Amino acid sequence: MGMVSPLGNTVDETWAGVLAGTSGAGPIESFDVSAFSTRFAATVKNFDPTPYMAAKEARKMDVFLQYGMVAGIQAMQDSGLEVNEEDAPRMGACIGSGMGGIGAIEDNAFLIAEKGPRRVSPFFVPGAIINMVAGNLSIKYGLKGPNLSTTTACTTGTHAIGLGLRTIQYGDADVMVCGGAEMVTTPVGLGGFCAARALSTRNDDPKSASRPWDSDRDGFVLGEGAGVLVLEEYERAKSRGARIYAELTGFGMSGDAHHMTSPPEDGAGAALSMRNALHDAALSADQLQYINAHGTSTPLGDKAEVAAVRAVFGDVAEQLAVSSTKSMTGHLLGAAGAIEAIFSVLALRDQVAPPTINLDNVDEACRGINLVPWEAQKMDIDAALSNSFGFGGTNGSLVFRRA
Amino acid sequence: MSSIEERVKKIVAEQLGVKEEDVKPEASFVEDLGADSLDTVELVMALEEEFETEIPDEEAEKITTVQLAIDYIKENLG
Repeated sequence: MGMVSPLGNTVDETWAGVLAGTSGAGPIESFDVSAFSTRFAATVKNFDPTPYMAAKEARKMDVFLQYGMVAGIQAMQDSGLEVNEEDAPRMGACIGSGMGGIGAIEDNAFLIAEKGPRRVSPFFVPGAIINMVAGNLSIKYGLKGPNLSTTTACTTGTHAIGLGLRTIQYGDADVMVCGGAEMVTTPVGLGGFCAARALSTRNDDPKSASRPWDSDRDGFVLGEGAGVLVLEEYERAKSRGARIYAELTGFGMSGDAHHMTSPPEDGAGAALSMRNALHDAALSADQLQYINAHGTSTPLGDKAEVAAVRAVFGDVAEQLAVSSTKSMTGHLLGAAGAIEAIFSVLALRDQVAPPTINLDNVDEACRGINLVPWEAQKMDIDAALSNSFGFGGTNGSLVFRRA
Repeated sequence: MSSIEERVKKIVAEQLGVKEEDVKPEASFVEDLGADSLDTVELVMALEEEFETEIPDEEAEKITTVQLAIDYIKENLG
């Protein structure tokens, strides 16, 4: 597994920050934000791609690609996989992004306006398009199997992992390197989400702005980064003595068919996605202990997700731990599902539910469920579920079981 | 101000991520300095920027070595 996040530029550093309840949010300093209604985000700090790639290569990539490549290289190194000629056609990648190289698109649009089209770099297109994390990783490691990318808004990372799972289950590959990458902390990216009234405007206190399920929540906090996991067919992983973090046993999807940016109040689409994932994992509701929620800190979304959890888990909902790590990382959009899948896997490994910080007064509609306020909770976790829901009403859920 | 030779070598080194001492006059961008077709397009763009000129595509294609780049700049800016 590999990760670049607002809490650290490795999995270990980020996970330590999550368990300690640290917020990654702060003022945006990379451009002038004075005219924006939201002037903070959870940005990646002290990022340096050059231990992973030559400066010359990094220069050809939008920052989202650099994040994705670094997470992907970390994941490949962590997996201990060796790619040889015989196995290469059975190894692939599926890594997505919600918006891709929006920073590079902006820069080149300005360049054309100022200096004309002759100044556009030949690396602009391959440095900005969404599938280039998967593409560049396959070139680096010689992965000759399926090479894919998802782009389903905030469900991108979850769908990428789910489709990687299906690719292995169907027999098209034995190894799939999966995840998501995102970097839209740019004028156009920030401006777009501000205009959609999706972001918290708690400019005087960024660290307490992401407060899922709290009655004072007022929108999500923009995050950035990447997460990548190596999925490997179980018997193959076992026979090579791989370190198996967890088993990915279920994947569910659904569409809200409701509204461009809002879920239905009852969370019906979210519920269907979770039901489909549990069914795929052949798991009954009482066999699951932890949910890493989508929980973005928006007024409508948080309520709908809790309603969906109640609908799916019924009486056993009260025994679940449901937390939102977005309270700390912010919302990584197309990378959110990927880093949260990794948190779910680590929750299984370490038998601990990560906390939801900033949860002081639980919204009345969300009471009666253990939302893991402020402090991580040690507990027995045999199965964990990770949710993602995106604009367009696109939903995805993954179920992991303890290795 | 540095000579045209020095300025060309500096840009080649920067663009292709190689050391300036490896940028010898006879060095071919593709064969000796590891450039691919997109790198050479970007390199020509960087030369255009540095010398405030426009190099037509049919001329740019012929600039395949450090010396040819220096010669072109000298001839067209001289």
